[in-house]
Amino acid sequence: MQEEKEKYRRLAALLEKYHGKAGELINVLHKAQLIFGYLPQKVQICVADALGVPISEVYGVVTFYSLFNTEPRGKYRISVCLGTACYVKGAGSIMEALKENLKVDEGGTTKDGLFTLESARCVGACGLAPVVTINGNVHGRMTADDIPELLERYRKEAKE
Amino acid sequence: MVTLTIDEQKVTVPEGTSVLEAAWKIGIDIPSLCYLKGLNEVGTCRVCVVEIEGSKTLQASCVYPVTEGLVVRTNTPKVLKARRTALQLLLSEHPQDCLSCYRNMNCELQALAHRFNILEIPFCGEKKEPPNDDKSVAVMREPAKCIRCRRCIAVCSEVQQAFVYSAVHRGFDSMVSPAFGLSLDDVACITCGQCANVCPTAAIHEPDNTKEVWEALHDPEKWVVVQVAPSIRVTLGEEFGLPIGSVVTGQLVAALRRLGFDKVFDTDFTADLTIMEEGHEFLEKLKNGGPFPHLSSCSPGWVKYCEHFYPEMLSHVSTVKSPHSMFGALAKTYHAEKIGVDPARMVVVSVMPCTAKKYEINRPEMTDSGFKDVDVVITTRELARMIREAGLDFINLPEEEFDEPLGIASGAGLIFGATGGVLEAALRTIYELETGKEFPLPQYEQSLRGMDGLKEAEVEMPQGLIRVGIAHGTGNAKQILEKIKAGEKYHFVEIMGCPGGCVGGGGQPILSFRRGWEGSMDYRMDRADSLYKAEQELPYRKSHENPEIKKIYREFLGHPLSEISHKLLHTSYTARSRYPQKVVD
Repeated sequence: MQEEKEKYRRLAALLEKYHGKAGELINVLHKAQLIFGYLPQKVQICVADALGVPISEVYGVVTFYSLFNTEPRGKYRISVCLGTACYVKGAGSIMEALKENLKVDEGGTTKDGLFTLESARCVGACGLAPVVTINGNVHGRMTADDIPELLERYRKEAKE
Repeated sequence: MVTLTIDEQKVTVPEGTSVLEAAWKIGIDIPSLCYLKGLNEVGTCRVCVVEIEGSKTLQASCVYPVTEGLVVRTNTPKVLKARRTALQLLLSEHPQDCLSCYRNMNCELQALAHRFNILEIPFCGEKKEPPNDDKSVAVMREPAKCIRCRRCIAVCSEVQQAFVYSAVHRGFDSMVSPAFGLSLDDVACITCGQCANVCPTAAIHEPDNTKEVWEALHDPEKWVVVQVAPSIRVTLGEEFGLPIGSVVTGQLVAALRRLGFDKVFDTDFTADLTIMEEGHEFLEKLKNGGPFPHLSSCSPGWVKYCEHFYPEMLSHVSTVKSPHSMFGALAKTYHAEKIGVDPARMVVVSVMPCTAKKYEINRPEMTDSGFKDVDVVITTRELARMIREAGLDFINLPEEEFDEPLGIASGAGLIFGATGGVLEAALRTIYELETGKEFPLPQYEQSLRGMDGLKEAEVEMPQGLIRVGIAHGTGNAKQILEKIKAGEKYHFVEIMGCPGGCVGGGGQPILSFRRGWEGSMDYRMDRADSLYKAEQELPYRKSHENPEIKKIYREFLGHPLSEISHKLLHTSYTARSRYPQKVVD
């Protein structure tokens, strides 16, 4: 609760700087997402109100860009590259293995809040295909069999 | 001026004209779907593509500006194939339920499929099946039928400035939706129905309430009373192929009688009553020095706009109910008693140009008669459907007269249907009551009538000069409200929720594919002109001269703003958020 209050306090400080600046919508949403980890509806309303942009338009922008999330993200964001190179080298089966292990669909977050599963279109490391990134760390030349061990490592790290 | 060649014909048009408009000018009928002139010029549907000499790809003619010497071909095999493909792709994800569709025979997509002889749809693939949004009592959405033309977004954001809709998500998932994918009922929708009026398909329309009316009519226990808004008599004929603005008052009354209504009354009567109540309300304010401006309250779309977007102005809004709501309250009290009918078995049906009135009758305040004041609202379009279903030869019906007493009205009540009409009607009465002289109408006609977004005038009253304003369409309302907030002084401002007033209501016949949007302002003008002409033929032209109005004050209400008037004819408003209430809470 206290933590949540602090986040809204930071949001208010942010919005003060951008009052009435409708042209800064994407920038402000991005900064708001850095504070909250995602863009809850209330935060979207706060942004709309401060910038003077209709809420329908804010929602349109939030849902258009894959950069923005409207659901809380997990501690670790797993991104499976489904670009051409990774795909032909078996990224599909890696994605399936992750879905099975985590029991979530693409875009979903595990019940324990640890992992969010996403896909990407080429991360620019085709030489390492197929590639999985976790919170920006690149794991190359993956196979479906590597998945349980990889996830275990992060689960352990989270406990520590 | 710019000269270009379209299909070997030379045409000269002003600079800035689109190729589409230039072609239409010389009778070349390039098809269009998403396009609505002056409102939605976005080139999304690709149905209007043409070949332009020197250009490698086909171009959307609705957004391609003319240039000197341009050579355009509109009917080449390449063009025709591209149009067919665009249509077939749209149809491939469109529900194929035309026979049971709300817009069957009045659908722009269906008309194009017919025109292009689309006999098969070669594409098949994933279909989105978003659920219908039928939670709002005023406006219903069938998102599966949306072709993403964005006309609704344009009219709601630019004309009405209510900003309900936006394009959301992307790619195959993209669709038009209110914020957070919520129902229209859960966002700041003013229920004006302008989106339904411009929708080319059945993606947005009013919920059908004709069934409830038929049930009441067929129930021998019920005493069913109908009232008709002023504008219906100049628009209903369009549904039966008559020219825009045809006056069909007599046929309208005859049709309603044949449908089985026990009494056929005229909302114009309570429009006259509105003038008596609101006029005196205004005169009180003049006496007490304010608060000004006094804002009109007849349009429930405008009232809801004010509640959501200008709650701080609600104290300025007249407390007088809209005329049809007054009618409901009086029908179930004064009239029921007079004719000895138990109001519990009386059903009041309103035929309105308006979707917002479907919302209005469900407001908890609208029960001052001890019952729901008005039971059902149907739009002009819904009435036309009932008339067709009953097999009436509408155009050839013998003309009949409204029933007495709630069917007697003055011309002042009739012109309520056009922007400026309420204010003009009010001036005819308050000026005469205060000065003893007739309101010098000819001198003011220009400033009070017509389709300018904002109109105003100054009138010399014994209390001094008063400044009056008129706005129609809530986008224009916003402009005048901002002026007021910035300190401009007005005494009396008439605001109508829909562009053109009720003649342009969200429940009126859909003509978007007869003419473009600017043309559509013309059709509002045609309808309004008919009201002003019809008014001249009425025996009374001032509300206070209506003998039935005099009688109802004598027999029942006492005097304007009396205790019983306040109980039955006045109401109150609720400040609402411009954001989805559920999220704000």
